[in-house]
Amino acid sequence: MSVSTRPRETRKLNDVPEIDFQNISKVFGGVHALSNINFEVLSGEVHCIAGENGCGKSTLIKIISGVYTPEHSADMKIRGQQFKSLNPGQARNLGIEVIWQDHALFPEMRVDENIAFESLVGLRPSLVKYDEIRNKAGQVCTRLGVNLDLNAQVKDLPIAQRQLVAVCRALVSQAKIIFMDEPTASLTQSETTRLLDIVRTLSAEGVAVVFVSHRLAEVLEIANRVTVLRDGNKVGVYEAEGMTQARLTELMTGLTINQSVNDESITETSPVVELSNLSRKGEYEDISLTICEGEVVGITGLLGSGRTELALSLFGTTKPSRGEMRLGGEIIKFRSNLDAIKSGVAYVSEDRLALGLIQEQSIADNLILSVLDKILTFGRLISFRKKNETVEYWISELNVKIGKTTDAISTLSGGNQQKIVIAKWLATNPKLLILDSPTVGVDVGAREGIFKIVRELAKQGLAILLISDDVSEVYFNSNRVLHMSHGRIEQQYIPAQCEISELENAVYR
Amino acid sequence: MPSIDKMFKTHPTETWLMIIITSLSLVLSITTDQYFSLVNLFDLLNISAVNIIFAVGLLVVLISGGIDISFAVAASVVQYVAFYILNDMGGGNWFLGFVVTALLGIVLGAINAGLIHYFRIISIVVTIATFNISFGLLMFLTKGVYIYNLPDWWTDRVILIEHQMANGTWAELTLPVAVMVAAVVLTWGLINYTSIGRQIYAYGDNPEGARRVGVNVAAVHFISYGWLGMMAGIGGLIQAHFTQEIVPNALIGRELDVLAAVVLGGATLGGGSGTVLGCVLGVLLIAIIQNGLNLLGVTPFAFKAIVGVIILFSITLSNVSFTEIRARMAKED
Repeated sequence: MSVSTRPRETRKLNDVPEIDFQNISKVFGGVHALSNINFEVLSGEVHCIAGENGCGKSTLIKIISGVYTPEHSADMKIRGQQFKSLNPGQARNLGIEVIWQDHALFPEMRVDENIAFESLVGLRPSLVKYDEIRNKAGQVCTRLGVNLDLNAQVKDLPIAQRQLVAVCRALVSQAKIIFMDEPTASLTQSETTRLLDIVRTLSAEGVAVVFVSHRLAEVLEIANRVTVLRDGNKVGVYEAEGMTQARLTELMTGLTINQSVNDESITETSPVVELSNLSRKGEYEDISLTICEGEVVGITGLLGSGRTELALSLFGTTKPSRGEMRLGGEIIKFRSNLDAIKSGVAYVSEDRLALGLIQEQSIADNLILSVLDKILTFGRLISFRKKNETVEYWISELNVKIGKTTDAISTLSGGNQQKIVIAKWLATNPKLLILDSPTVGVDVGAREGIFKIVRELAKQGLAILLISDDVSEVYFNSNRVLHMSHGRIEQQYIPAQCEISELENAVYR
Repeated sequence: MPSIDKMFKTHPTETWLMIIITSLSLVLSITTDQYFSLVNLFDLLNISAVNIIFAVGLLVVLISGGIDISFAVAASVVQYVAFYILNDMGGGNWFLGFVVTALLGIVLGAINAGLIHYFRIISIVVTIATFNISFGLLMFLTKGVYIYNLPDWWTDRVILIEHQMANGTWAELTLPVAVMVAAVVLTWGLINYTSIGRQIYAYGDNPEGARRVGVNVAAVHFISYGWLGMMAGIGGLIQAHFTQEIVPNALIGRELDVLAAVVLGGATLGGGSGTVLGCVLGVLLIAIIQNGLNLLGVTPFAFKAIVGVIILFSITLSNVSFTEIRARMAKED
């Protein structure tokens, strides 16, 4: 993103902080999501929260908006007024609005009702005045200069327009402070520019905006100040003026980025997967790609670029509508993912919590789920000896830190849970391992561990497809990186031969 | 008059149901000589009244994203309890009857809501439990005894509109139909024109989103289950009026018939969708089918199976549009 030439406004910020939260901690099942965070936002300020996935950004927003209750140490002041606890309704009455990453809209309801929904919430029962709702919604749209079909149902809108509905909803009330959680994640460049303009307008009107974004260029362009979080701790608050992207990355990760790219040269190995012109209507188009033994191929792109959809077809969950897929040289057509697993494809899914693991079950039971048919006794019952051997083997192989193998999987940290998922799939003895966003919710240290395993597996000859929207992750760990956008492969990058900024510019434009 | 195309777009289920009901009525009018008559039309409404009262109540719970299978048994419980209470009050009258049954129903609904809200138990489990508790206690305490000696006001037929036909038979519209109309109008107003009604929709549509914008979840639970409870109580009052007796197991199984009709009318078990019109059409469609089969001389033993097949068929038709089916088939190739 080009840095704007617009002069940053050097307004005098009000002295009384809009919100002033001290000693905020939150513990989930023994894990500190946040420890002793101090966070303050001045009125009319654009304040960014920067940090990697799992740094505690979302938890902090949920506490301030009253969705989560912080631990007892918390001292919460809103415009000088002290609060012991907050609920979402209270927070909204105090002028705190959140635009959630998942929008939290009501898909079956109409756009105008979604925007003006807050007039329907309240203790006093009242009749619905649809013309008032329509007026309110119309006014906000005019104020922001957005063009929305107020009669449409939200479920029929494309994602960028849903984003605008969510912005409008936050503004319908007299918001004093608006949190935007990754508001530009699914927007195009021009939509992003317009949103940033809206943010400036709000700030000029005295509304504070807390902006959370992965795109550091955007953060530095829009923010007055940046609070950096890392692994649930506050690193510090910095003026955006004079901050550089490199310095910010360093603060966020705690690592001086001397990560080296994966320049293992792949010497004449045979292809494991070959796709030619693979397409599936509305999802991805004309994908041609080859992954050889021992190669790590990265795919990156924004949400909705078709990366996960492609992975699902490789894994046999959906059927491509056109094109050819070869595995080990032979043309294949999967009828289901059972076929894919049998042919040696393993898929570590994007959503570990919901799809990858059965949280209540034990570590051992989760691990053997994919290989139940390989650990049977003669009587077709599960052999405890084989089960224990398999479990012990993979836990030591991947260096997973656990208590007992019979503990519930939910007792493990994100990184160790992810290792169990990977182990579960490695146990099937795959030829191709697809890793879809493998480090979501995994802290920095554990990420290193996971990528060490990935590189090790590649050395042993496994073909690996690494999918992530985190550009640095694919850049530093793949032999080749493909940039996907709108269902197509835009370009290929060889990390050893290009700078990460080239790839970032392409993905984030 | 909106075009059919537009109606299909905004209200696909309701439009399908209207088309099916119209064509079915046409066929029945041609094949039987009694179907197309005022007498039969009024009968149809009289017979469907109780089910529609139950259905609009259940609709509200389904919209909120919950389910309740205990309401029919609750109606039976209310019948018995109300009978004794009204006896103690010296017999009672229609006004007291409505108040007492509505209140008793609300109490039973509130018990479900409380269990669901405060103990975080999912609604199907709670209502299976309360279904069993209610029915078990009812049979145990009444020993299965029927009540025939209802007060006169309760059993005397109240005719609202009557018309003598050429052949001397009477076409009569009775009190249950008036109560049904009131239940329909009130429910329509509740879910479309009150703030809590819209909150119930929103909560069923996206519970987490609703919680975050500050929807009062307790109110959503208590009002939706309470509303169904009230409809169950009043439905019970009317059902006893209609059959002129109170039988402990008379309404057992009715919950599934009503649930099927409401789902047929476009409400989903996932919550957030469903309209009063669709719900009424759903009940009427099933009633018309039964009525038609009756007039065609089909044995009543086959009713349930035929109704089941038609429900499956209609739901497939109304929930999946043809363009979607075509697109899906194209994808599969």
